[in-house]
Amino acid sequence: MKPDIGYIENIAGPVIKAGGLPSARMYEVVRVGKEQLIGEVIEVGEHFCIIQCYEETSGIAPGEPVAATGDTLSVELGPGLLGAIYDGLQRPLPELKEISGDFISRGLTVEGLDKEKKWKFTPVVKVGANVVPGDIIGEVPETGIITSKIMIPRGIEGEIVEIVAKGEHTVVETICKVKDMHNTVHEVIMMQKTPVRIGRAFKERVAFDTPLLTGQRVIDTFMPLAKGGTGGIPGGFGTGKTVTLHQFAKWADAQVVVYVGCGERGNEMTEALEEWPKLNDPQSGKPLMDRTVLIANTSNMPVAAREASIYVGVTIAEYFRDQGFDVALMADSTSRWAEALREISGRLGQLPSEEGYPAYLGSRLAQFYERGGRVKPLGSDDRLGSITICGAVSPPGGDFSEPVTQATLRIVKVFWALDKDLAARRFFPAINVLTSYSLYHITLEQWHKENLGPDWPELVRDSLALLQKDQELREIVQLVGPDALPESERAVLEAARMIKEDFLTQSALHEIDTYCPIGKTYRMLRTIVKFSRQMAAAVKLGVSVRRILEFSVLDSIARMKTIPWDSYEGTIDAIDDRIDREFQSLFTEPDGSGVLMPGVVE
Amino acid sequence: MTKESSIVYRTVSDVRGPLLIVKHTHNVGYNEVVKIRSPSGEMLTGTVLETGRGKAVIQVFEGTRGLDADKTAVRFTGDTLKLPVSTEILGRVLDGSGNPLDKGPPLTAEDHRDINGSPINPYARQYPRQPIQTGLSVIDGLNTLVRGQKLPIFSGSGLPHNRIAAQIVRQAEIPGEKSDFAIVFAAMGITATEAQFFMNSFEETGALEHTALFLNLANDPAIERIITPRAALTAAEYLAYEADLHVLVILTDMTNYAEALREISAARSEVPGRRGYPCYLYTDFSMIYERAGRIRGRKGTVTQMPILSMPQDDMTHPIPDLSGYITEGQMIVARDLHRRGIYPPIDPGPSLSRLMKEGIGKGMTRFDHKELQAQLYYGYSEGRDFRDLVTVVGAEALTDRDQKYLAFADRFEQEFINQGDHENRSFEETLDLGWNLLSEFPERELKRCDTKTIGWARERGVYAYS
Repeated sequence: MKPDIGYIENIAGPVIKAGGLPSARMYEVVRVGKEQLIGEVIEVGEHFCIIQCYEETSGIAPGEPVAATGDTLSVELGPGLLGAIYDGLQRPLPELKEISGDFISRGLTVEGLDKEKKWKFTPVVKVGANVVPGDIIGEVPETGIITSKIMIPRGIEGEIVEIVAKGEHTVVETICKVKDMHNTVHEVIMMQKTPVRIGRAFKERVAFDTPLLTGQRVIDTFMPLAKGGTGGIPGGFGTGKTVTLHQFAKWADAQVVVYVGCGERGNEMTEALEEWPKLNDPQSGKPLMDRTVLIANTSNMPVAAREASIYVGVTIAEYFRDQGFDVALMADSTSRWAEALREISGRLGQLPSEEGYPAYLGSRLAQFYERGGRVKPLGSDDRLGSITICGAVSPPGGDFSEPVTQATLRIVKVFWALDKDLAARRFFPAINVLTSYSLYHITLEQWHKENLGPDWPELVRDSLALLQKDQELREIVQLVGPDALPESERAVLEAARMIKEDFLTQSALHEIDTYCPIGKTYRMLRTIVKFSRQMAAAVKLGVSVRRILEFSVLDSIARMKTIPWDSYEGTIDAIDDRIDREFQSLFTEPDGSGVLMPGVVE
Repeated sequence: MTKESSIVYRTVSDVRGPLLIVKHTHNVGYNEVVKIRSPSGEMLTGTVLETGRGKAVIQVFEGTRGLDADKTAVRFTGDTLKLPVSTEILGRVLDGSGNPLDKGPPLTAEDHRDINGSPINPYARQYPRQPIQTGLSVIDGLNTLVRGQKLPIFSGSGLPHNRIAAQIVRQAEIPGEKSDFAIVFAAMGITATEAQFFMNSFEETGALEHTALFLNLANDPAIERIITPRAALTAAEYLAYEADLHVLVILTDMTNYAEALREISAARSEVPGRRGYPCYLYTDFSMIYERAGRIRGRKGTVTQMPILSMPQDDMTHPIPDLSGYITEGQMIVARDLHRRGIYPPIDPGPSLSRLMKEGIGKGMTRFDHKELQAQLYYGYSEGRDFRDLVTVVGAEALTDRDQKYLAFADRFEQEFINQGDHENRSFEETLDLGWNLLSEFPERELKRCDTKTIGWARERGVYAYS
């Protein structure tokens, strides 16, 4: 069928009204103007349809042609995604640079996957096998970390009549032929093309049971995320959203990371591009970029493509989930995406709801987060895959009552509240432990008890209680001064100070402290809680807090953060012993005779 | 692009605020430049905001005063707004659209560049890493500026942001490197006195011949402010990426720019966002701010220092707020420090330089910079907390430790932040000064510093707690 050619009727920024396209369908991709800019139909009327254009429209004039393509916005999936950096429409940025230089011009068409590159394909099924969509027929070692699985695409089912031997193939060569029940033979290639606006199908959702470890103490301890879960991180500018998400992308124990930089700074993407290939994944020891897909649609790139970038990212994540991987998707920032919705909606003259955002903001956000989860993908085996979604939210003025934050909080199960005051004190990560929450504590309790220690829930509860008590006491101190507090409460303040200074703060810039294995997190917390319990007990017996603060072990506790990842056990054991000894010494004569010495009581 | 349209239209149907609506147009391009002749013969310029078959909406930069629906003649040029660029632009004084205001010849052109620019491919960027020494301790020590950064000054009326900006321009250098630099100065709606202050300051240091000035002053047409920063940045990009210069762009005052944008938006009856500013203010700002940076394989850089005044010192106002989300940090000029006579009154708490982490440390400034910065921050914010407490309970209620922090905060403001208009401190001086102030504290209080670093500072003789 020959595609329709229509004409431009009206142009206002990225919104174009076109006529002469009677068969235009919603979300169909069109080519706009003589330069063939990419656009998408977002409204269909009797005579005209409305198109949002993914590229700058300066100089385009009414009367220029608009060509329908019959396709919806799709991504190419297959070997070659990992380590790539794309714009919001899955155009590889390095190729764009080759074509148009250091600045991005418009009307460029570059496909997402390299069609020339040959990949080492190893079949895992034999001729005669029966396959259904989602079944794995072969493997491709894509990077040092990930071996991609090649799956039967949707709509193909039957008997394998031909499959290539182990060897090198491009993503568009036929590698397998499947004969269906009507004796029709289907050719299978490695690449799949999937529309981005609907989720890829799977068999069923599965309950969560494993945490997504981020290597960030405050998160792994107080607001853990489950593999397949969703989390939102709202915060005003300068509170560290991007640093936190970058830390997730670098250290989270997901197998594949998709990072969507949506309407944010160009230099932040450059930082990731320059730094991540040099960093090694702590699990595999291979460069981080080998497990990462970057999508960069910076704030000055066209606003409509920003809207699409989130869907492009999550579709790529689903492709890896379907192969049976645990995927983490970071979206920085969903507010910019919401603003893109608002801008387009405003130009369409739609009736605005709260703060000018369209009425469908909440449902669009929910649809996006719902694409996360832990599932059994299609296929005859029972492999599991998950997508964990972390979205940054940039509330205007840091005010969490605004629509995007509120709509996000209704959906996500983990809320990391960034605090401007903490950031101003350079207390990083500036996450307010008392206002943040995670609804996965109970889900994950079993895992924590088995893998860390049965006392984990208690340690978390106790330390949280200390922080809560600290907050209350500090309000009193503001009124009456610290002198008015009894010793036992001063001990609480000191214990809370230890948790905050020696445990919660974590430097993203320090080569060791930037990542904290969960085992070390557990040991550090246990030691600090142990100290605080002994301090409380000693104070009860009449020892002054001031005396306890002279303990030399405190210096070692403060420097636990920088103990190497692989040798913390012994060092922390020694600290635990010293805590016991130093508290013991309070009640012992200098000659070690073991008599309670009332002299230490001031 | 439609080049053939030399037709003159006399079909103006509406004149509304800064907008002109022309009927019966044919093939007018979006964003195209329009020349308008008013009934009195004056030539005006505008661009197309919306175009359809038979209708175009035009924003007129000079304002629509004197235009009518009868005699006004409109010609579409078939081209988007372009600026003639060459290195000759240095030393020139131009109006807000880039036309010469001085007695000099018309601008020579090595190229004509679209003033809207194109986004830099993030893959082509190079991460900014070279620290700039501004000679101001509060910036260099705590929030270092880096070449290719966009670091705005958030200020308020009556605060000395212009003095600070002028001092930075005077003193900024990369230690040990004599390189070619240029200044592009874009004034949007500031007063003639303020513009004169900057010009005098540039002249005093001999920087004027390296400076291109784009002046849209308070009495110039407001709508023209929409193109002033774009024209200035087009010149800056040319100077940086073609002529290999390190360009510092000063944009002042972005608040006036945003107000011009709001005026257009209101005239078009668009759905307003917060405080009546258009919904696309963030995107629009980013098209300006993101034009700072560094590109792999090119020598020059564009560093931006926008100045904006926060209405009622309110940082949550949409203009500072949206700017802060795009720029790589911010310098906050604080009224309380200013009242206490501290210059430059930059409050370290909410101020931030996002790019400093890569630009400081060994091989950049000095190896101890990161730890020292963290420690100074800790000490100053502790001290400020106790200051609040003292007003309630009195200084006697504090412990020795707390008293020390209280005293530290005072000395920090008086000796570290405070400095003279012509006092130019090197990185070394700033960092040593920081250690000096920390000498009040015993080693175990300095938890943000490594014991080895403290030992080094002691040996150097700058940290001397005993």
